[in-house]
Amino acid sequence: MSGMSKIVKTMTNIIFPIIVIFGLYVIAHGHLTPGGGFQGGAVVASACAMVLVAYGSIWTMDKIKEKQLSLIESIGAVSFISLGLLGLIFGAMFFNNWFANSNFFLFGEIASWTNTAANINTAGVLPLMNFAVGLKVIAGLFAIVLVMAYATSKIKGGKQ
Amino acid sequence: MNYRNFAAWIFLIVVAVFMIFSMFKIHDFGSLDDIDTSMDDHIISNAQTETGANNAVTSVVFDYRGFDTLGEATVLFTAVAGVILAFRRLKK
Amino acid sequence: MDLSTFAYNAPYFAVVALVLIGLYAIIFRRNLIKIVIGITLIESGVNLFLITLGYREGSVAPIFTGASDEVTSGIPQTMALPVPQALTLTSIVIGVAVLALMLSFIIHIYRHYNTLDVRKITGGDEE
Repeated sequence: MSGMSKIVKTMTNIIFPIIVIFGLYVIAHGHLTPGGGFQGGAVVASACAMVLVAYGSIWTMDKIKEKQLSLIESIGAVSFISLGLLGLIFGAMFFNNWFANSNFFLFGEIASWTNTAANINTAGVLPLMNFAVGLKVIAGLFAIVLVMAYATSKIKGGKQ
Repeated sequence: MNYRNFAAWIFLIVVAVFMIFSMFKIHDFGSLDDIDTSMDDHIISNAQTETGANNAVTSVVFDYRGFDTLGEATVLFTAVAGVILAFRRLKK
Repeated sequence: MDLSTFAYNAPYFAVVALVLIGLYAIIFRRNLIKIVIGITLIESGVNLFLITLGYREGSVAPIFTGASDEVTSGIPQTMALPVPQALTLTSIVIGVAVLALMLSFIIHIYRHYNTLDVRKITGGDEE
């Protein structure tokens, strides 16, 4: 499909970073507020679909091949399963949360009972799992939309 | 009269009567008094000290039931692989 | 339920309406895209039914951040159930994956047969 006019492209350039930052905020605060990996990944993927509609699928396929997108998705899937296997090694249970409440330096402060202040330094393995699933959902949804939009511009008898 | 249309209408009316009749037998919206909710009570009471997260839904999705999330990630990966595989021949 | 609390059960009415309209669209429509829309309607009805099962009267979301004092003093009776919401998340993602595969197969069928009419593609009884 071909791109849209100059006004649409300029507004897309302005709005795209704002939506991506909001989606990364929803992914990163998944253990404190409503949200998490799947919800934030859908927000960032819809921002990428907006770029695809504004600039046309032929231009976007020139800049980003789907091989790079499938590499990013594979990195997300492998890190998710390796975090589960590390729980098996360190805690004798699959998907064990092995450094929650343990004074580790990364994500391990102790959470007290009915503490209503939001401390991002808690909850062990959960924020890392949120990042892995968020990467997977962003790359997967963007690859689906890009491949289907590029294929429909090559159908015999369709509009170019 | 067409046989297929007649059989399709009979099927739709049977399913509609079954669903409307069973809607009157379900419990009221919001009254969970005669339902055993001991698993969810344990999760709400102990999620903050066992997992350290303030969000009970995220701790259920990734910690208490992480195996279901692994299956869901596999389904998403298979769908993306199937879509890219179906359009490979167009780009040569 | 008795007649005095009839209007409180409005989510169950919405679930039954969504499932019946989706079932009508699958059986009686000829265009392939309309059949796929019917499948999506049934999926939305089932997700709504899963969330509706886990509500307590006068409860809030099961999140401890910024909760007021009268919520944290009555735990666990003042919070909704978290497990049906987690199962609904999984169901929504699976619905998206199945929809993507169905649409890519519709593109292939259109390239091969040059029509989207189900009666012409399967070659059934010609009316």
